[in-house]
Amino acid sequence: MEDKLKNLAVQVKKQLQQVATLDQLNQLRVQYLGKKGELTAILRGMGNLLAEERPKIGTLANEIRSELENLINERTKTLKTVAKELQIARETIDVTLPGKSFLIGNKHPLTKIQQEIETVFLGLGFNIAEGPEIESDYYNFEALNLPKDHPARDMQDTFFINTEVLLRTHTSPVQVRTMEKTAPSLPVKIICPGKVYRRDDDATHSPMFTQIEGLAIDQQITFSDLKGILSIFARQIFGEKTKTRFRPSYFPFTEPSAEVDISCVMCKSAGCRVCSHTGWLEILGAGMVHPKVLAMSGYNPEEVSGFAFGMGIERIAMLKYGIDDLRLFYDNDLRFLAQF
Amino acid sequence: MKVSYKWLQEYVDINISPQELADRLTMAGVAVETVHYLGAAISNVVTGQIIKIDRHPNADKLVICQVITEDAENCIQIVTGATNVREGHKIPVAKVGAKLAGGLTIKKSKLRGEISNGMLCSGQELNLDAGLLSKAEQQGIMILPADTPLNVDIRAYLGLDDYVLELDLTPNRGDCLSMLGVAREVAVLLNVAMRLPETTPPEGDVASANLAKIDIQATDLCSRYVGRVVQGVKPAPSPVWMQQRLRAAGIRPVNNIVDVTNYVMLEMGQPLHAFDYDQLAKQQIIVRRAQPAERLVSLDGVERLLNEEMLVICDAAAPVAVAGIMGGLDSEVTANTKNVLIEAAYFNPVNVRRTAKVLALRSESSTRFEKGVDIGGCPRAADRAAFLMQQLAGGTVAQGFIDNYPSPLTKKTIVLRPGRVKQVLGIILEPQAIAEILTSLQFEVQTEVVNLLVTVPTFRPDVNLEIDLIEELARIYGYNKVPDTMISGVTNQGRRSENQQLIHDLKNILEGCGLTEVITYGFVNPKVFDRINLPPDSKFRKALVLQNPLSEEHAVMRTVLVPNLLAVLQSNHNRQVQRGAIFEIGRVFYPVEGQRLPDERLVLAITLSGDTANNWNSKPQAMDFYFAKGILETLFDKIGLKEVRFERHTDPSFHPGRVAAIKVQDKSIGVLGELHPNVLENYQLPHRAVAAKLDITDLLTLKLQQPKYKALPKFPAVDRDLAVIIPQAIAVQDLLDVIRKVGGKILTSVKVFDVYTGEQVATDCKSVAFSLLFQNVDRTLTDKEVAKKTDQIFKALNNQFNAEMRQ
Repeated sequence: MEDKLKNLAVQVKKQLQQVATLDQLNQLRVQYLGKKGELTAILRGMGNLLAEERPKIGTLANEIRSELENLINERTKTLKTVAKELQIARETIDVTLPGKSFLIGNKHPLTKIQQEIETVFLGLGFNIAEGPEIESDYYNFEALNLPKDHPARDMQDTFFINTEVLLRTHTSPVQVRTMEKTAPSLPVKIICPGKVYRRDDDATHSPMFTQIEGLAIDQQITFSDLKGILSIFARQIFGEKTKTRFRPSYFPFTEPSAEVDISCVMCKSAGCRVCSHTGWLEILGAGMVHPKVLAMSGYNPEEVSGFAFGMGIERIAMLKYGIDDLRLFYDNDLRFLAQF
Repeated sequence: MKVSYKWLQEYVDINISPQELADRLTMAGVAVETVHYLGAAISNVVTGQIIKIDRHPNADKLVICQVITEDAENCIQIVTGATNVREGHKIPVAKVGAKLAGGLTIKKSKLRGEISNGMLCSGQELNLDAGLLSKAEQQGIMILPADTPLNVDIRAYLGLDDYVLELDLTPNRGDCLSMLGVAREVAVLLNVAMRLPETTPPEGDVASANLAKIDIQATDLCSRYVGRVVQGVKPAPSPVWMQQRLRAAGIRPVNNIVDVTNYVMLEMGQPLHAFDYDQLAKQQIIVRRAQPAERLVSLDGVERLLNEEMLVICDAAAPVAVAGIMGGLDSEVTANTKNVLIEAAYFNPVNVRRTAKVLALRSESSTRFEKGVDIGGCPRAADRAAFLMQQLAGGTVAQGFIDNYPSPLTKKTIVLRPGRVKQVLGIILEPQAIAEILTSLQFEVQTEVVNLLVTVPTFRPDVNLEIDLIEELARIYGYNKVPDTMISGVTNQGRRSENQQLIHDLKNILEGCGLTEVITYGFVNPKVFDRINLPPDSKFRKALVLQNPLSEEHAVMRTVLVPNLLAVLQSNHNRQVQRGAIFEIGRVFYPVEGQRLPDERLVLAITLSGDTANNWNSKPQAMDFYFAKGILETLFDKIGLKEVRFERHTDPSFHPGRVAAIKVQDKSIGVLGELHPNVLENYQLPHRAVAAKLDITDLLTLKLQQPKYKALPKFPAVDRDLAVIIPQAIAVQDLLDVIRKVGGKILTSVKVFDVYTGEQVATDCKSVAFSLLFQNVDRTLTDKEVAKKTDQIFKALNNQFNAEMRQ
């Protein structure tokens, strides 16, 4: 019996050498170590042995069994490793081939900039107010201290539906409507984004464009606050190093009024074509709400004060993205829109 | 307004460069747009004299000039083709090496065999604008006055060694449409004194009042009319200094009388007119409204049709000028004029503006009247003009004025509270500092207990309120010295409203679905209604019409959005961009009967055309009806809009067999469909296109489900496939409704995974395969239960739709 076992071990070891696949190896395991395997068969004959031989043979059989199991397991490992290596070697791909192309969507660059600006002002406690694009003369002009025949009406060439109804030339009527609705409650802190229309069409003007205006009314709002808010805005949108400059100007609905310049984003104030070699870029108009406008909208100008500002989103987008032609925004060339 | 830097220095000492001055003015509210050096392109050109002219031996059209610039010994030979030069003329000589306007450099040359050592120059070659030269000057060499000294740099002689500051004034600062107005600002900014020009003319014995009569009939439109008479003048060209100043300001010199009126207008901001006294019938001035259809030939030779709204200056017989805008040809000052009536008046700004607009005639004069001139300054301007005319054109100034000033203006007085200054600006200015600034601007300031009583000079009609004074303080103090602060006050939060957030989200979702946002004009060509097949009685054809559109392309306000997107696809297609997956969220405008403003509704339009991208390892997918429907379903799912149904529909813009109404609780909120072949043809789109339109205003009124947590299933799910054959005409939606109903709670999902028509199915029939997922939250379902439910479902389908099990 002892010889039988030893021969079996030799035989298995020999066959193990020749096994090339996991399948063969499994067969081998079943053939010798399985329930109906040869080793098992030999061990079944243990009953015929003398009682004193049994422990010895038993020990030997278990030793051989575990030795063979170990050998088979090792062989399994090796074969598996080889198989994986083979598989890996076969499966090399060209990683430089392009990936799957998805349908890529894009928000319009003006929407992106508008949302960016909104985020800045939402963070500063401003809400977003909206109003009609087709407006009455009253809200677009008169309530903003622009009576008929005011020379400043020439600054904004207007599209009319009839003598009293027009396409709004700025989003300021939204400010008036909001003040009327809110007065005399305080504070009012809104921004008014939206489309506006002016009768102009050339390389630097579009008959429709997008504005975002802001308004803050409260008991103690000052010109100094206006400067603070707009400086923050400029830094948030154009970068921490952006400087602002306030130039006196004139708007019928604000006083004092200012045009606000930022340090040129193209040349970092060194002077370039974009800033006409001044180092400054005009980006918005602003000022303290005119007492007449406050009064017309239901606030007592002796008790409250406020500031307002307004900018063209196109202008901001052009500066941020380096776009040199305003008309591209409304041309909707998908090759242009895909760039943002 | 163009401001000569040199001229300005006559009134105020300036110790900074023109550019610095421009910056200082700009930062104080007198915006300077450009600064340019008049003689920039010119060098090595001097005054010279032609001493001899000979015929050119080889050319009929050329002559040979001997020119001296220094002394008779150093004669320069110059060949010229000019015909207006004579021996003895003084002219500008460009020497060899000279540079002229347009980058021309003068070299020694030979013209038809004769040496030419320079060039005689025309005005344009010296960078003078053609519009500032007379016809004769435009056509030939510039002939300088006989007393011109020789060998003077032409830039100095013609005043081209000067900088011009071009102002871009805001409408409120009419006071700076004058040299003295600008000088006043400069004096304040540089803190220096101002020099005022001499205005008192020596007067003769005859009283003006005896020479002419002025009658203002329309006192509402003319508040003041000052006349002054100068007798015995001799019209002639103005001296060079005056001509050069006028040119620097952009005004063409004419003769000493006209030039003086323009000069004083530039200097003082008061437009003046000089009438030929002898041409005025009865030497009478009547200021009245024009009569209907009255006519006047203005100075430029154009006959003007007047109306009753317009103010005219008349003599005893007829109109002689449109007040404040332009004089008449008949009373124009000519070379033969002997006596002159100078007008210095104040006309109503609004009226001048209206008249100028109607006549399409804007002049230097009307621009100033429109902004409001200094009513207190009329006599001084008339004086100054009389003084200069007498100096330049000789004659005698009649004694005194004729000053018709029916109701003299009382100066405005404004109370200024220093506390208010702080309240508005956020800075503390002491009363002393406030008074200093205002006084320097020539306001009169009296200090009361706390407040200041400020009297406004008549040249500042724009200052009427306390806030106007505060603005003056701010701009002189310097905007940029005001610190940046943060708003103080009670807390408040900024946030998007629910609707704003939803629209914000919609854009993000659509972007995520691969769509590109476009933004198109709110106005459209009314032809779009035809292009999208709308019937003649369609309500969408009722669009608001613009009174003054830019063109037919932008004539009406849009009532539909899809056509704009189709136009975008078309223009992209024309640029060889074939694939388009775009959307826009924008407003459409519906006129409402009996309502002043239209109904503005926010709508979403989606348009798709072409296939998805062609890739090396995947096939392109057609962006068809179901592609678009998938996008909409995703959108509704993401925003929490439940129970959306797509139902067969008709819409003239769409393919009759491929269009659906989008409904929520039986209310239609939009349409989805493939565009009608006619519409595709109208937009010259070679491929099919699908479009969806959704009324966002309606959508915003619907209840949207907020995300809410449900416990994840603990027990396994069982899936079963069910394939049935049904008649073609039956809508799968109907089957789905039945399946869900019968399936009840344990049917957690049902999906269509295959639709087949073809050989294996009878004609007129289709096979539809559903994937059903069963799950019970409380326990594991048995196979038996599932089989029973599946069978019930099939039986129901069989019952209602004659569905047969596909084998």
